[in-house]
Amino acid sequence: MSVLVYTENWDGKFKKLSFELVSYAAKIAEELNTKVVAVSIGNVEKAALAELGKYGASKVIVVCNGELNNLDNKAYNAVLAQAAEKEGANVIILAHNNKGKALAPGLSVKMKAGLISGVTGLPSSYSPMVVKKKSFTGAAFANVKVLSEKSILTLFQNSYAVVEKNIEPSIEEFAPALPAINTQVTNVDKVTGKILLSDAEIVVSGGRGMKGPENWSGIEELAQILGAATACSRPVSDEGWRGHSEHVGQTGKIIAPNLYFALGISGAIQHLGGVSSSKCIVAVNTDKDAPIFEAADYGIIGDVRKVLPDMITAFKEFKASN
Amino acid sequence: MKILVCISNVPDTTTKIRFNAEKTEFDKTGVQWIINPWDELALTRALELKEGSGGAVECVDVASVNLIDAEPTIRKALAIGADKAFRVNAMPKDAYFVAGQLAEVVKSGGYDLVLCGIESSDYNGSAVGGMLAEFMDYNSVSAVSGINLDGGKITINREIDGGKEVLNISAPLVAVVQKGIAIDPRIPNMRGIMMARQKPLTVSEPTGIDALTSFETYELPAPKAACKMIDPENVKQLIDLLHNEAKAI
Repeated sequence: MSVLVYTENWDGKFKKLSFELVSYAAKIAEELNTKVVAVSIGNVEKAALAELGKYGASKVIVVCNGELNNLDNKAYNAVLAQAAEKEGANVIILAHNNKGKALAPGLSVKMKAGLISGVTGLPSSYSPMVVKKKSFTGAAFANVKVLSEKSILTLFQNSYAVVEKNIEPSIEEFAPALPAINTQVTNVDKVTGKILLSDAEIVVSGGRGMKGPENWSGIEELAQILGAATACSRPVSDEGWRGHSEHVGQTGKIIAPNLYFALGISGAIQHLGGVSSSKCIVAVNTDKDAPIFEAADYGIIGDVRKVLPDMITAFKEFKASN
Repeated sequence: MKILVCISNVPDTTTKIRFNAEKTEFDKTGVQWIINPWDELALTRALELKEGSGGAVECVDVASVNLIDAEPTIRKALAIGADKAFRVNAMPKDAYFVAGQLAEVVKSGGYDLVLCGIESSDYNGSAVGGMLAEFMDYNSVSAVSGINLDGGKITINREIDGGKEVLNISAPLVAVVQKGIAIDPRIPNMRGIMMARQKPLTVSEPTGIDALTSFETYELPAPKAACKMIDPENVKQLIDLLHNEAKAI
């Protein structure tokens, strides 16, 4: 038996998310009295692979094959299923991000393993496996029980703290059989030089109260000072002030950063569904009765276009002295 | 080409979420039901593809796994413009069960392109589309924000963690779609609503697939402490609180 974790890499590098996943897997493995095996697909340097041991992986399985340069759901799931079988994995853990969401469902059917997606913490029971997950778009949690022998969990970013274990992992190359690759990627447009919304620990988000796209430089400046990602509410992306990829809320992205700034966002229920799991929310709005203040920890009643420049000055001073 | 759009019946997005006293079931009292927002965008895009295909797309049908009380939602999909509808008469137990039932609809209808919304706004599983592809052994792409047909070629825009990709993939295909796939969902017009009453809605009984998971109990998030208000003239206090109290910076 083992706990298998898929650790995705970005241009050969792991991120904090990868270490959160391994730490989470290590805790589950400890409870099940077994070990963590990490699967890495693509070219990653040995030192980086060994780093997975720091967070609790006893073994790292490396699959290097040019056919796997782009995500093909069938091919990646063939790799994960074969690795799981080889390692006798009863629990498989993936990230609840685009890749994890693309792969976990197919793997669930392939392995007849019950899938609980979007978990935010450790299981409350291991036999049977019961884990809490977000439901009703952040408005509730559901405790879901796995009825099959094997289970698959997808973990939300930023919901499990990394724990160091300092294991020296064995690194093993693996060449599983691959099906024909059907996904032909013709163009890749990677975001560079910006903090991704999905990775961000701090998010600065603007709403209709910003009055227009020309006022976004303040949001970008504050985000830059804080090392934050930028986001927006639905009306802002619908108006085309910002791209759809920045929309957070019920029909956009669901995020859970440590700190979320809602600037000029009234906080419609659909918006709150996407951000209410943030650990700390700061709201600036002219309307003292805006629903955002019910979800916020700290609030400022005022015109964001007046308050934001003061915030920028104050945060700059803070950053300069800390 | 035949397109099937899978439809989930979900509480209206403004619904106050409540559960029964035992916290084992969602309280449906007074709830308005809608087409899951992502499924509605999928249907809208499917209809655009059909209209722009010069006859190459033969039909856009919808399928849902649900009891009879979901029929108004399914009729709405017909009113928006779907040609036919299928309802598998069963409580949707979990994503695996639902995908297994939908696979029967896909098989019997011979659909070569299936569109599913990336998640439903109630159970947020992000699972049915990917599971359906595996049941059918179809190709699949997730996080699809654009889809175009050019003859037999399918071009897809997909969001990846850290950017976007354009790709080609062949049918039969399950595309799991998200925001961006269509600008605004279509709203049924009066003619559509009238026509929807005449369109076929076929009901079938479920096949014997067991669920792999069960939803045991629900919890509501702990109520938040009251928001601390800060004087807009004293923004420094915010920084002090974020640093020393919340330890967020």
